[in-house]
Amino acid sequence: MLPDLAGLRGGAAILPELVLTGTVFAVLVLDLALRRSARRGRVLLLVTCLGLAAAATAIAGVSAGAQPLFYGMLVADGFALFVKGVVIAAAVVGAILAALSPEIRRDQLGEYLILLVCLTLGMCLLAGARNLLMLYLALELVSLPSYILAGFRHGDRRSSEAALKYVVFGAAASGLMLFGFSLLYGLAGTLDLPGIGAAVVARGLQGGLDAQLLVVVAVLLSLAGFAYKVAAVPFHMWCPDVYEGAPTPFVAFLSVAPKAAGFAALLRFFLSGFGAPLGFPAPGEFPWPFVLGVLAMATMTVGNLAAITQDNVKRLLAYSSIAHAGYLLMAVAVGSPLAIRGVLLYLPIYLLMNMGAFLVVMAVHDATGSETVDGFRGLGARAPYLAVVMAVFLFSLTGIPPLAGFIGKFFLFAAALQTKSMFFYAVAVVGVVNSVISLYYYARIVRACFLEKPADAQAPVRVGSPAAALLGALAVPTLVLGIWWGPLLGVVEKALLLPR
Amino acid sequence: MSIGLGHFVAVSALLFSLGLFCLITRRNAVAILMGIELILNAALLNLAAFSRYLHGQPDGQIFAVFGIVLAAAEAVVALAIVLQLYRAFRTVDTAETTELKG
Repeated sequence: MLPDLAGLRGGAAILPELVLTGTVFAVLVLDLALRRSARRGRVLLLVTCLGLAAAATAIAGVSAGAQPLFYGMLVADGFALFVKGVVIAAAVVGAILAALSPEIRRDQLGEYLILLVCLTLGMCLLAGARNLLMLYLALELVSLPSYILAGFRHGDRRSSEAALKYVVFGAAASGLMLFGFSLLYGLAGTLDLPGIGAAVVARGLQGGLDAQLLVVVAVLLSLAGFAYKVAAVPFHMWCPDVYEGAPTPFVAFLSVAPKAAGFAALLRFFLSGFGAPLGFPAPGEFPWPFVLGVLAMATMTVGNLAAITQDNVKRLLAYSSIAHAGYLLMAVAVGSPLAIRGVLLYLPIYLLMNMGAFLVVMAVHDATGSETVDGFRGLGARAPYLAVVMAVFLFSLTGIPPLAGFIGKFFLFAAALQTKSMFFYAVAVVGVVNSVISLYYYARIVRACFLEKPADAQAPVRVGSPAAALLGALAVPTLVLGIWWGPLLGVVEKALLLPR
Repeated sequence: MSIGLGHFVAVSALLFSLGLFCLITRRNAVAILMGIELILNAALLNLAAFSRYLHGQPDGQIFAVFGIVLAAAEAVVALAIVLQLYRAFRTVDTAETTELKG
């Protein structure tokens, strides 16, 4: 007799993941088949982008539902679909960046794209995982290709060192997380996130101090894996070194997509695992909002203070990305519907401005060989277009109106203020002070561009037309969304219509 | 005296502590990876033991099987990176491979 296989039918809900898997194989085969062709790189990029576009189309076709798939392993609700969309958009930009960058050798572009799509597949699964096993598998599927891509420049000392630091921190964090998961499984007797939440709350209420302590230890250990993925304190140390050493097109992708997927997984872990929304302070339970709020304050402060003294722009943007993880963590700590809306709204905006900033860094590095702030001196005269869009991206990262970054931050802070709790008022104040600090180091680059003369008379910096077009495609929405954010907010609202 | 859940959890806790100690004190990249492997195995032992003694469901043991495969995959990638590091620096001592400040 056949067992009941009804639960194995994913239907159209996993079509995006299937398309991504197909893309991996297509690029793999084409990479081998076109080994001697002169147009190999262009064909591979085209196939990758078409595959990603097909996956995005498939996402648009999925009818979102809170119904779990595959015996509760995955769920394709609006929240997951939205994050998948952001991740795939980042992958498209990441693939084009790789094709534009001289840091990725032409004959290795195929390998790079295969790993990039694998990574994207992992992040799509991560966004929908609602079981500890699936969560762990997806997280590893994100991590393993990332380690390889960080060390993609063979023979380069800095790239090798970056990859080693990444893999050591990553493996350690995922080991701690797995140990935390094993304790949660021991406590709850199920790997299902909602089931764990129910059991943990029950245990915490009934059990004595030891049971509560075990819950706290288990959740703290589990947090390690998420904190590492989003580069939050105290698991942020890998971030600056990896950003400095790894190839720039990968860093641009790394700073956005895994962070988005990591925040999606963190939100689901806390909200479906521990009841939504997290009241503050929850009676009879451990005050997780408080713990996350303290982590958020520490993350933004460490990121912003360390960024002030950086000379290398990639390192500076690494600390800036830590700071942004702090702002997002603040909203996760709040956990209210408005906060989730804020996080979802922030992710695509962050994609635009951060990937844009890295694209400018890449263009300047390719033209001048410099990655330092001094390398941007006089950019306003040497490449006005680059300098202007860089200013747009940096001011948007600071959160100055009327740029998109302001709208993103506005919702995050509004969520914190809406709680009407003294603690979150304090977190919001720390966040605002941090935003002011961040203006200093972002403006330093802009000042170098427009107010300082280049060290020696240099030729104009040239940007290729594909890079210029991509920059425009990132900069224009950054400007427009700051004034006209309604449509994006509408998409976010639609994504959250369904119950989690 | 029969072997029970307590024994397994004690061994797992010991493995975890040894792994963490190894991770913190070692400077050799390969030794650090061995420490991480100990932590992973502690977690997998926990999962299998909880599944057998507490819950009577096979899901924890299935998790352990997946975990073993993933640990192997992770070791492959990590050792390849260590090899690449050795080619670039001629050493796997993490105290000496410091081109990036920080």
